[in-house]
Amino acid sequence: MDDRHSRLDHRSTEVTDPVLSLRGATLSFGDRRLWQNLNLDVQPGEFLAVLGPNGTGKTSLLKTILGQQKLSSGTIKFLGEPVTHGSRRIGYIPQQKLLEQGTPLRARDLVAFGVNGHRWGLPFNSRAVRRQVDGILESVGASEYANVPVATLSGGEQQRVRVGQAIAGTPSLLLCDEPLISLDLHHQRQVSELIDAQRRAINTAVIFVTHDVNPILPMVDRVLYLAGGRFRVGTPDEVLRSEVLSYMYDTPVEVIRSRGRIVVLGAPEGYGVHDHLEHHVEAPTP
Amino acid sequence: MNTDLWHQIFGFDNYGELLALVKNSIIAGALLGVVGGLIGPFVMTRDLAFGVHGISELSFAGASAALLFGVNVVAGSIAGSLLAALIIGILGAKARERNSIIAVLMPFGLGLGILFLALYRGRSANKFGLLTGQIVSVDNPQLLMLVIISAVVIAGLFVIWRPLSFASVDADVARARGLPVTALSIAFMILLGLATAVSIQIVGALLVLSLLVTPAAAAMRITASPVFTPLLSVAFAVTSVVGGILLALGGGLPISPYVTTISFLIYIVCRVVGGRRTRQGNNGRLVAVAAGRISR
Repeated sequence: MDDRHSRLDHRSTEVTDPVLSLRGATLSFGDRRLWQNLNLDVQPGEFLAVLGPNGTGKTSLLKTILGQQKLSSGTIKFLGEPVTHGSRRIGYIPQQKLLEQGTPLRARDLVAFGVNGHRWGLPFNSRAVRRQVDGILESVGASEYANVPVATLSGGEQQRVRVGQAIAGTPSLLLCDEPLISLDLHHQRQVSELIDAQRRAINTAVIFVTHDVNPILPMVDRVLYLAGGRFRVGTPDEVLRSEVLSYMYDTPVEVIRSRGRIVVLGAPEGYGVHDHLEHHVEAPTP
Repeated sequence: MNTDLWHQIFGFDNYGELLALVKNSIIAGALLGVVGGLIGPFVMTRDLAFGVHGISELSFAGASAALLFGVNVVAGSIAGSLLAALIIGILGAKARERNSIIAVLMPFGLGLGILFLALYRGRSANKFGLLTGQIVSVDNPQLLMLVIISAVVIAGLFVIWRPLSFASVDADVARARGLPVTALSIAFMILLGLATAVSIQIVGALLVLSLLVTPAAAAMRITASPVFTPLLSVAFAVTSVVGGILLALGGGLPISPYVTTISFLIYIVCRVVGGRRTRQGNNGRLVAVAAGRISR
């Protein structure tokens, strides 16, 4: 079942050294196997979407890359070195989580942590750092609320600031864990375009975990689809097809393309993702 | 109002002579204000207010054990604090677990403390002092100990300040960036244990929150700047402790009610000011500049 993606890997490894490289990677909890024998190379500047229903190990994959989850077998390398506990070369955008009211932190402070949050000592920033932070805030369109307490920002505004924080250290890899969740369509597009623009500006590889590929479809280079203990890697056109997903889910699944959107129908119950996608179909089109 | 009662609460006879007697206490109080004011914002962002209370009860147990066995009370208090802080820090990584661990530890510590005090045959003023604070007569060796411990806490905080702030507000991202989030958390709990232990010497175990939490909570009502929050918090804490000592001086009552009342009043004022600002929508958004009013 792996021939398709190994061919792809072969093609891409010839270009440059991969940012991230998994070989024979398997992750299981007890007898529950999330994915097995995963071979994957992510190239600089590549946009990889990680798709699949809940509980198939999408977030666990991110944790593995961050060194917070050990592989059951296989190897994982980041910039040619085995992963350790996180890295300054990784930018991380977590699921939208509203910071608690009263948190003593303005938008600019959150971005500044991305620049030098690892440094010991008191949080006094040099003029150079402050200028850098101003520049980042401007590039993500957050200058207007640079001095606003983060907790009082809207969800979309917080995610913009988080994108700014994540790119502040010009990372080699940007990990995005459902960064669009609970944003409206307008903000989904804005935040995903922002991530895409930053990836092009600094040639960062992006691994984007999401349950809905549609907001990011135009920018995705490859898809890693996880379901039912199986996985598929390839371009969206190669992976998001009825026969591929039917095989993975082990049940007839229909993939419909309509007006540039992809809708998956008939996936087994209990997968929140597909409830969500079907919702788009039923909604009256304007 | 009954004038005798009034004089008992606010007495200023022979004030100058009294002031000279409590010089050490005022120095100690100001120092504790600085410690409490600096550590308070971290206590708030790490959601450890209840934790402080739990630590202080075990610190009380340690201090009363020291009193009973005739060893140094501050040392006993520190031992109790550090034990509690480490247990809470190691076992209570998640807020929910932490709260239940604290709720289990706290009555146990208080019970032990009461046992030791009941067995203690010395001056009873010492007993209540540990719980509710005292009209402090801080002697020179005691002051030296407070100065050393406070210096350790302040220096420790200054060293880990920035990564600790990062890890406190945004642990997931900090961990992803390779910060030693767990080690920072343990280091912070040790500093918090030390700060709690010294604060107990002045305001007592039951009232430690007024020094380690209230000033920071007040400051966070009116600013979100990571620089102004600790500065204001220190100013509020020092005002509360030193003001409390100065007011308590003439009346012969414990200082704690004065300290807690000043601290409480500051909080009320900050809440009102902060609330009014929020209603006016004055939170630092650049549109406010046009109105000539930008707040930090």
